[in-house]
Amino acid sequence: MAFSLMMALSIAVIAGVGAGLGLEYFFGIVLPLAAVLVFIAGVVWRVIGWARAPVPFSIATTGGQQKSLPWIKPACLDAPYTSVGVIGRMVLEAVTFRSLFRNTAAEMRGEGDEPRLIYWSSKWLWAFGLLFHAAFFLVLFRHFRFFLEPVPFFIPWIENLDGLMQFGVPRFFMSDALLLAAVLFLLLRRLKDPKLRYISLPADYFPLFVLLGIIISGIALRYFAKSDVASIKVLTMGLVTLNPVLPEGVGTTFFVHLTFVSVLLIYLPFSKLMHMAGIFFSPTRNMPCNTRQYRHINPWNPPKKYRTYAEYEDEFREVMAEAGLPLEKQPEEEK
Amino acid sequence: MYNARYVIPALLVFIILITLPFWVNVVTPEYSRPELVLPAGAEACVEPVEYMRAEHMRLLNEWRDAALREGKRVYTSSTGQVWDINLQNTCMHCHTDKAGFCDACHDSNSVDPYCWDCHIEPGAVTGASGNGGKQ
Ligand code: HEC
Ligand code: HEC
Ligand code: HEC
Repeated sequence: MAFSLMMALSIAVIAGVGAGLGLEYFFGIVLPLAAVLVFIAGVVWRVIGWARAPVPFSIATTGGQQKSLPWIKPACLDAPYTSVGVIGRMVLEAVTFRSLFRNTAAEMRGEGDEPRLIYWSSKWLWAFGLLFHAAFFLVLFRHFRFFLEPVPFFIPWIENLDGLMQFGVPRFFMSDALLLAAVLFLLLRRLKDPKLRYISLPADYFPLFVLLGIIISGIALRYFAKSDVASIKVLTMGLVTLNPVLPEGVGTTFFVHLTFVSVLLIYLPFSKLMHMAGIFFSPTRNMPCNTRQYRHINPWNPPKKYRTYAEYEDEFREVMAEAGLPLEKQPEEEK
Repeated sequence: MYNARYVIPALLVFIILITLPFWVNVVTPEYSRPELVLPAGAEACVEPVEYMRAEHMRLLNEWRDAALREGKRVYTSSTGQVWDINLQNTCMHCHTDKAGFCDACHDSNSVDPYCWDCHIEPGAVTGASGNGGKQ
């Protein structure tokens, strides 16, 4: 935890000091473009790695009755046996986290000397996980105003919806606060529960701190340590047109923000955050639950050497005929 | 590679989506800072121009709070000049071309202030022009 926090803080310090020392070109242009390249190449590499891995067994998770006899009702979504069912389960999993909805927590409860182990349905992780992903998506989506000119008509729609409260100037976006709250929950969850804290590694904390860095610097940039947004758009448009320019009036907060984003992009393909693509490559989720209907062949099984009965009979026909055994084909009569 | 006929199209879609802004901007004209119609008669803004670029929304918010919550209707700028706290008669007295100034920059940065639901744009009502708020 402390290690990850130090790492994330040093990113902020390095970016802040670096931009202050006149390395804006590196932090504002070289690093982000390199980060996008690493991100794309890393994701492709990981995905191809997964696609090359054979699946020896049919290990789809079943969350309901498998398709069997006609008078037993199958669970079409929780034990999908058709491709449509598999796709349906996958899509719902990706957008609503159905499996996390079934999350349970084990806890010792009860008074006096008789605490009992109780398993109860715990929806917190599901709720805040969903909130985090939805808010993150909204925030990411809104940022496309910096990368497109003219700004497509639906981005102001989203902004007006997000700023519906018309609170403050610049208008307060609800997704900002929800995102921050969700990430803080995900962090505190790890710190609060001793069991969870015990199994948490730097690889669990670091992404959370980087996300916090992005969110805090982003909120600061919009509401507190403001920069000239028009200049920032000149910079971001320079990046996406590959004509890099460094306009005046872009403050240090922006470079810290951009560096956190670059670090996230570089780190993402090699981290647990790759569940973004990994979910689609999980055999537990992308295979149909049809083990009663089809035999799954392990693709790395060596080719079988076998002999048919016809070949066997061909070899021993004479001997078998002599012994009086029944034959499918009689030996040719010797004339 | 297994299931190449699904994986390769999916990867292509991913790459195209991620790089979409790069492709879209190949066909759109090169981006430059929006051209603003600056006020003809005036030299400087209420505050230094760098400050205005980044902070004008916050300044307006402070003005609004000062005028409507604290009843303070004059503002002394960092340069010591004194201004009437008034959106329509101070800001818009100089920046008469709202479309060519405020909107030009806002449209390009996807900002859509709702202030004009109530406040009146210059030129929308004839005869509504103050003295520019300079005291
Ligand atoms: C140089 C470009 C530029 C010019 C010129 C400009 N603005 Fe802005 N304005 C912005 C940007 C960028 C934002 C959004 C700030 C942010 O997202 O942090 C903004 C935000 C605002 C907001 C807050 C809107 C909201 O809903 O959050 C108001 C109000 C506003 N401007 C008023 C004006 C007025 C009035 C004028 C003309 C006198 C004007 N601006 C001229 C760039 C400009
Ligand atoms: C006395 C006339 C005057 C008044 C009043 C005035 N401005 Fe300005 N404003 C100017 C001038 C002149 C400039 C250009 C300054 C320069 O380029 O050095 C300017 C520049 C600006 C800019 C930066 C534009 C750019 O170059 O990117 C913004 C934003 C802005 N004004 C907003 C406002 C707002 C909001 C108000 C009301 C609070 C206001 N102005 C009141 C004269 C005025
Ligand atoms: C619901 C209608 C409404 C909206 C929307 C609105 N205002 Fe106002 N505003 C008013 C009223 C009414 C007053 C009071 C006028 C007075 O007493 O002089 C006022 C006063 C102000 C004043 C102080 C004095 C003056 O006359 O200018 C400022 C500054 C101001 N508003 C800024 C803004 C800004 C910036 C926005 C957009 C972010 C905004 N307002 C949106 C209704 C509105």
